[in-house]
Amino acid sequence: MREKRDMETQSIVTRPSPPDAVDLRRRPGSGENRLAAIAAGAAVPADIHAGVFASPAVLDIENFNLWYGQKQALFDLTLPIPRGKVTALIGPSGCGKSTLLRSVNRLNDLIDSVRIEGDMRLNGDSIYGRSVDVIELRRRMGMVFQKSNPFPMSIFENVVYPLRIDGERNRNVLQEVCERSLRGAALWDEVRDRLGESALGLSGGQQQRLCIARAIAAEPEVLLMDEPCSALDPIATAKIEELIAALRGEYSILIVTHNMQQASRVSDDTAFMYLGRLIEYGPTVEIFTRPHLRETEDYITGRFG
Amino acid sequence: MSAGAVTTGLAGDRAAGDPAAPPLASRQRRAARRARSAVTLLAQGEPMLWLTGGGLVVAGAMIVGLVALIVWQGALTFWPAPVVSITTADGRTVWGEITRRDVFKPDPSLMGSLAPQARAAAGRELSASGGRLARRLVRSGNFELSGEHFTWVSDYEIAPDGEARPRWALVVERRSWGRFYGEPVAYLEDGKVVATDAAAVWRAVRSAQPAVLARVARQRDLERREMDRLNTRVEKARLAVRQAELDHGRDSAAWRQAVAAASRIETAMGQAFADLTDRIDALKRENERSVVRLRTGDGREADLALGDIVRAYPANQLDGAAKWGVYLSRWREFLADEPREANSEGGVFPAIFGTIVMTLVMSALVVPFGVLAALYLREYAKTGPLVAAVRISINNLAGVPSIVFGVVGLGFFCYLAGGAIDQAFFAARLPNPTYGTGGLLWASLTLALLTLPVVIVATEEALAAVPGSLREGSYACGASKWQTIQRIVLPRALPGIMTGAILAMARGAGEVAPLMLVGAVKLAPELPLDGVAPFLHPERSFMHLGFHIYDLGFQSQNSEAAKPMVFTTTLLLVAIITGLNLAAIWLRARLRRRFAAGHF
Ligand SMILES: Nc1ncnc2c1ncn2[C@@H]1O[C@H](COP(=O)(O)OP(=O)(O)OP(=O)(O)O)[C@@H](O)[C@H]1O
Ligand SMILES: [Mg+2]
Repeated sequence: MREKRDMETQSIVTRPSPPDAVDLRRRPGSGENRLAAIAAGAAVPADIHAGVFASPAVLDIENFNLWYGQKQALFDLTLPIPRGKVTALIGPSGCGKSTLLRSVNRLNDLIDSVRIEGDMRLNGDSIYGRSVDVIELRRRMGMVFQKSNPFPMSIFENVVYPLRIDGERNRNVLQEVCERSLRGAALWDEVRDRLGESALGLSGGQQQRLCIARAIAAEPEVLLMDEPCSALDPIATAKIEELIAALRGEYSILIVTHNMQQASRVSDDTAFMYLGRLIEYGPTVEIFTRPHLRETEDYITGRFG
Repeated sequence: MSAGAVTTGLAGDRAAGDPAAPPLASRQRRAARRARSAVTLLAQGEPMLWLTGGGLVVAGAMIVGLVALIVWQGALTFWPAPVVSITTADGRTVWGEITRRDVFKPDPSLMGSLAPQARAAAGRELSASGGRLARRLVRSGNFELSGEHFTWVSDYEIAPDGEARPRWALVVERRSWGRFYGEPVAYLEDGKVVATDAAAVWRAVRSAQPAVLARVARQRDLERREMDRLNTRVEKARLAVRQAELDHGRDSAAWRQAVAAASRIETAMGQAFADLTDRIDALKRENERSVVRLRTGDGREADLALGDIVRAYPANQLDGAAKWGVYLSRWREFLADEPREANSEGGVFPAIFGTIVMTLVMSALVVPFGVLAALYLREYAKTGPLVAAVRISINNLAGVPSIVFGVVGLGFFCYLAGGAIDQAFFAARLPNPTYGTGGLLWASLTLALLTLPVVIVATEEALAAVPGSLREGSYACGASKWQTIQRIVLPRALPGIMTGAILAMARGAGEVAPLMLVGAVKLAPELPLDGVAPFLHPERSFMHLGFHIYDLGFQSQNSEAAKPMVFTTTLLLVAIITGLNLAAIWLRARLRRRFAAGHF
C-alpha cells in the first residue's frame, strides 16, 4: 500500500507539468470549472466558431438528445456538418462520439432501450421524422466501423452489397461500381485479380479499405467513419488517411478519431465533445492552433482525458 | 526506469520505518502459504488429473468396448464357417457349423442317465475342470427332418475320433426352412438321375444355378409388380363403385355406371390374372425340374429343388478367395435383398430404405420449421418472459421420453388427423384406414416433433454466434432486416444449422420406441417410395432398422439364427448414424474454413 502511493507520487513528478497548472485550477470560468460543471450536470453552451457556417451543411444536427434507458448519453447537440468536407469528432472515451455517429444513420434504432429527442436533417430531409423510411435513409449514407467487418462472401460481392440489396442485377453496372469503389478505396490494384476470392483472406488494412469501398459503393451523401484506423498499423493508417484526403470534396465525411495528429491532418473542421456535450466546434486550424477554450487546448495537448 | 523507482521507494521505506520487519513478515506469509498447499490434497492437482483422466478412460472403454463388440460380431456373421461332422458315442451324427461354445454346471441327475462310456468321459472332464462341462452349439439345419435348427453337443458325448470335416459337405441356404447340410449324392433332371458322383453333381448344380436364379427373379417380379398392377386396377374400380354409392346413393345412374365398369374390368382382369398365374406356374415348374439329392450326416436323403436354393457352397473346400466370395455375396444380399424366414435370413433392404426415406422426410419437415422458429426467437422476438418461457419449454421438450412422442403421434396424428383425412378423402375405403393408422407421414411427423428442439437450439446458437458487427454493417448498407438475415446471418450460421440438422437426423434415424406406435412394422409389403404414382406413399407403413433389431432380437422364432443378424443390423445402423455424424463434422469443418476470421 505504501509502496504504491510512493510510485504514484514518483510518476506524477516525472511527468512534465505545465507551468500554469496551478493558475488554471484557480482561474474562474476556466477549463476545470467548466468540465466540473458539466460533470455535475449543468448545461454549458457550446463554443461554435463562425468558420463552420462558411459552407452549406450536408447534415444539420438540431437539439439532439439521446438516452440509453435512463442514462442520457447525448445532451442537446446542435451542429452543422459542412458539405464536401471532412469533419472530425474528438473527445475522451465514452463521451458519445460513436453514439452520435450511429444516430446519424439510425443504427441506434436496433437497440431497444434507446430514446431520442430532437432531429437531424440530411440535405434538408428530416432523419427522425415520423414518415422517414429508415432503410431508404441508410442507403444515402455509408459507414465504416472501428473494426473492419467484411461479409463472409467474395470481395466483389462485398463491394456491390449495397447495390445487390437494391436489386441491381446488371453485371456491367455491378462491375463498374466495383472497380470505381475499389479504386476509390485505393485497393483496386491489390485485389483486381482475386475479386472472386473470399474477402476474409485479405489483411486487416485491406479489409478496412474494402469496407470503405463498400461504404462508398452507393455514392452516399455522407460517409460516417468510426475510428477507422484504430486497429491498423501505421502504414495501413497512412493509406487510409491518404484515401480520406482523396475523398474530400467528393464526399462529406464525419470521422471519429482518438488520434489528434490524424484529426489535424485529415479534417477541415473539428468538434470536441465531453460527456455527451459539444464543447467547441470550429475549423481544424483554429481548434488546433488557437482554441477559444482552455479545456479544448488541454485535451488536444494531452493534458487530460 | 519504473523498477528503479520501486527500489528507491522500498529503500526509503525501510530507512523510514523498522528496517527488516516488512520483508520478513511477507517471507513468513509466503512460507506459510507454501506449507498449506502441501497438505491440501486438492490443491496439488494430481488427484484431479487422475479423477478426470480416469473418467475419460472409463467412458472411452465403454464406448470402444461396445463398438468393438458390434463390429466384431456383426462383421463375423457372414463369414463362411467350415462344416463339422460330429459323431456321438451313441451313434448319432450331426453336421453343421459351430456357432459358439460354453461351459455349464451339469444337473446332478445327468450322470445317472448316461451310458457307461459317456459317463466315464463326463466324469473325467468334471474332475479336470472343477465341476463344469463344455458344450458346443452346432447350427445343424435340416429343419424339416430334425425339427430344430440348432443342436447342443457336449464334449463328453463325442465318440473317439468322432469329429471330421467331410470334404463334400454342402451348406445350402434355402428360401424356406433355413439351411441344409449334406453331401450331394445325385442330380436329377425331370426325375431322371443325371449325375451321381459328388463332384459331377456339384458341377451340374453350379452350371444350372444362374438360369434358375434368373427365373426366380423373373417369377418374383411377376408376382410383385404385375400382380400388383392388376390388383390396383380392380381395387380402383371397386373403390369407384363405393364412392358412387356414397356420393349419389345406391341405384343411381352414376352408381350403375360404376358397377358396370367394375364388372367389365373384373372380367378383363380375371383373364389377365389367369394368364399371369400360368406364366408364374410355368416358371415354377421349370425350376422344379432340376433337383439335387443330398444325404445328411445321419444318412437320410432329401431332394432340394434348385429353385429353392439361394446359395450353396462346399464349405470345407473353400479357399480364401472363395470364402471372401461367399462373404461378400452375403453382404450384398443383406444390403440389397428382402428378408426371408421371418426376417432372420435374407436382407434388410426395405428396412434401410424405410429408415432413409423416413429420416429424409423427417428432416424435410423439421429443418424448415426448426429454423423458422429459431429465427423468430432470435431475430424477431423481443426478449421477455414469454420468449424465455418458450425457450425453456423447447429445452424441456428435448427431455421428454421418446415413447411419449409415440403416444402423441398415435393419438393426435394417426387417430385424430388421420381419421379426419380418411373421413374427408378416403371414405370409400372405410372401414379400412388409409391415413388413420401408422404410416410414413405420421412417423416422420412424430420424429420431427421429437427432434425439433435439437434443430431449434442448434440454430439459435448458430444465429447468436453471428457477430453483431456483420449485422450492423449490413444495416448500415441499407439492408432490411430480412435481407440481412437472408444474405448475412443465415449463410454465416449455416454450418451450425447444418450440424443441428444432421444431429437431428442421426437422432431420428436411431429412434425406435415411438416408431413402434406410429408406423414401423415387422414386414412391409411395399416400399414407401416406388415407381407407382404418386411415387411417395406417405400413408404406407414401412420397415425400419431400429425396429428390425428389436424384432429380430425379441420377436424371432428362430432366435439363435436371428442373433447374429441383430449384430449385423446394429452394425449397419451404427454405420449409417456414424456416417451422418461424420458428414456433419466434415460439413462444419468445410463451412467453418470458409468463414474463418481474417487475420491481421
Ligand atoms: N448499447 C448501449 N447501452 C447502454 N449504454 C451505452 C450503449 N452504448 C454506449 N453506451 C454508453 O454511452 C456513452 C457513450 O458511448 P460511446 O460508445 O458513444 O462513446 P465513444 O465516445 O464512442 O467512446 P470511445 O472513444 O471509447 O469509442 C458511454 O457512457 C457508454 O457507456
Ligand atoms: Mg466509440
